[in-house]
Amino acid sequence: MTSSESTDVLVIGSGFGGAITAYHLAAGGARVVVLERGPWLSGEDFEHDFKFGSSSTRVFDFVIGDGMSVLSGNCVGGGSVVYFAAMPRAPRFVFERQGSIGRRMWPTTISRDTLEPWYDRVAEALPITQTSWESVPYSGGLFGAACDHAGRTANPVPAALDQAKCTNCNWMMAGCRFDAKRSLLLNYLPAALAHGAQIRPLHEVQHLTRTDDGGYRVHYTVLDDVDYRVEVGSGTIDAKIVVLAAGAGATPVILQRSEPTLGPMPHAVGRYFSGNGERLNTAIFDEERIRDVLGLSRPDGVPYEAYQIGKGPCVATWDRLDGSLPEYERYSLEQLYFPPGFGTILAQVPDALGPTWFGAEKKELLRSWQSWLTIFTMSEDDNEGVFGPPPPSGNAMRLSQQMLARGALRYEPTENTLRGWALSDAEVRDILERDGLSRVMPWTNDVVGAYTVHPLASCRIGDDPATSALDDRHELRDHPGIFVTDGSAVPGGLTVNPAMTIAALAERAVPGIVAAARARGVDVRYGAPAPDGGTSSRDAVLPLVRGALQR
Amino acid sequence: MPAAMETNQGRTMVLEAYADTILPGEKRWPGDRAVAGVSSGGGAVAAGALLVLRSVEGGMAPALDALADGIEEHARAYAAETEIELDPEVPAFVSLDYPDRIRLVQRLTDPTHPEREAWISLAMFSVIAFDAAAHSNTVEALAAGHVGLNIIGFRPPDSDGLWRFDTYSYGRQLAQPHPDTTPSGSPA
Repeated sequence: MTSSESTDVLVIGSGFGGAITAYHLAAGGARVVVLERGPWLSGEDFEHDFKFGSSSTRVFDFVIGDGMSVLSGNCVGGGSVVYFAAMPRAPRFVFERQGSIGRRMWPTTISRDTLEPWYDRVAEALPITQTSWESVPYSGGLFGAACDHAGRTANPVPAALDQAKCTNCNWMMAGCRFDAKRSLLLNYLPAALAHGAQIRPLHEVQHLTRTDDGGYRVHYTVLDDVDYRVEVGSGTIDAKIVVLAAGAGATPVILQRSEPTLGPMPHAVGRYFSGNGERLNTAIFDEERIRDVLGLSRPDGVPYEAYQIGKGPCVATWDRLDGSLPEYERYSLEQLYFPPGFGTILAQVPDALGPTWFGAEKKELLRSWQSWLTIFTMSEDDNEGVFGPPPPSGNAMRLSQQMLARGALRYEPTENTLRGWALSDAEVRDILERDGLSRVMPWTNDVVGAYTVHPLASCRIGDDPATSALDDRHELRDHPGIFVTDGSAVPGGLTVNPAMTIAALAERAVPGIVAAARARGVDVRYGAPAPDGGTSSRDAVLPLVRGALQR
Repeated sequence: MPAAMETNQGRTMVLEAYADTILPGEKRWPGDRAVAGVSSGGGAVAAGALLVLRSVEGGMAPALDALADGIEEHARAYAAETEIELDPEVPAFVSLDYPDRIRLVQRLTDPTHPEREAWISLAMFSVIAFDAAAHSNTVEALAAGHVGLNIIGFRPPDSDGLWRFDTYSYGRQLAQPHPDTTPSGSPA
């Protein structure tokens, strides 16, 4: 018999879903081990460098699927390390969506109102602050001015960002060198460590089996810290409770691979994947028109030429987040930055005579890169993504040492999704091509399919066992003691950046996990303050959770 | 197989010609055959596409010979189909002029082509070489005048090799907020 380590709670993944649950469970007295398949970097480890092997490829995964490619974090801190820290709450109508199933997709217990106290917990913990126009970089200002010129509103987006430390370097996808981005490395994770949680990087969970006492044995491999294709060790850990938070591109794959030993999975495991309805357009601006039409000028007299400067998305227009509009026709538009490489290959040449995404005309387009502006659509897609059979290990076949892989996700956009994209493309053109400001083209879907940085819903909560893998407490149906708290639990596209909602759902799930752990003999209590000791949002939720804790 | 393809040099020329089709540049010397010379300034080849493709980190290196041979096979078939007479002194793909190279790469990367993922991968690495210099430290690449970073106008870092932009904002309100914005700054 092989000896196995044991713990009370085993958390798979250290992004929002893993870090938040690990903190609360450790602070409440449980023994917690976090297994993270990526490396553990911080502060000065985050390089300003596009070179293969620098932090920009160490912490990122780019998984090409069939019709959909997924960008996601691959490091301790998960998506919070590589994301742009935009943290809006999801609009009210999102929770009433029906999608393709003819009934409300979200559990009846969750609405914007009932989620609000949990959003507040996240806002206090990170913290999240509102962005002032004075700190909006040129690119966001340009988008705001163009929206205003076209009769639209535009908002600075709330962000988990310390503006005083931010240098507007736009390297935040490689991790923040200056600790300006309030990633999980600065709040929940150090607080979890302080309460005794262990975090083990480069530990990639492959599958789960059952133990004789009703718990689970988690089987992992240890990956080489440079070449993630190479396994350098393996092991198992037994746990009474498993929190699965490997991300919407990996959580269902681990469960699929566990099916032969755990028994049949709910139908919705690996189905209903949403790319958050994401779509990108690139505008190529005419600098003179920026000056003449919008009256914008930098201190040095140049109208714009500042695509490189900033901190990701800072300004969005929410005019189409109107609950009275039909489903699939609501979306937000957000100004965005993408670094060279990934941010250029899919951009298409307006009025191209030859190919749109490569060739001589594409090279000419690159000469005006500093006059580009990328606009990000987040819409209501149709949850049409389905994962095929799992690869031999991990969530995808790794092609490169780091970052690039081929996954089993299939995504064929429905007419509903395509209609939303077409409407948003037209809206972007209407705003940005007005009076000759720019020429706009959407990114091509013909190279690596559609493209999402916000994978969701591949193991989702819901009331209907036929179309949801988790109950409204995030427990995997028919597999008690396994909870899923990452983006895969979100039922569908949110029309805004989803990190805030993923985090709020994880906060909301904790009391139920605590109750389940207690039922399995773990001496753990709910009620930890914010990681920095703040108590106001904690005090606001305590009256709400007494029922859950008494189950 | 024509003699031109029996050497590593032949395969290198094919891969260079492919990268040059993705992002073209000017000829490196008067008799340069791989680079078609249809664009001023350097292209993907001068930017280091072959270095990126051959990098240990990228993972493409073990497949490059087979990919070069595959391009050749498709180029010969294309030439036969379109009745183009190939120059036996160079690989078939190199023998094609730029418009024909474009047409063939369009065909290979079309969503319906069964091998498209391989040809897309070659294109992706070519692009990453050009505008990200992925084979090289970015600060050093900029200092050395890397052609792609130079053409996109990528601004240089501070003296410590880190980027900071002290001047970054128009500094004023440029639009009205949505009327339903909540006190937390989110949509209602």
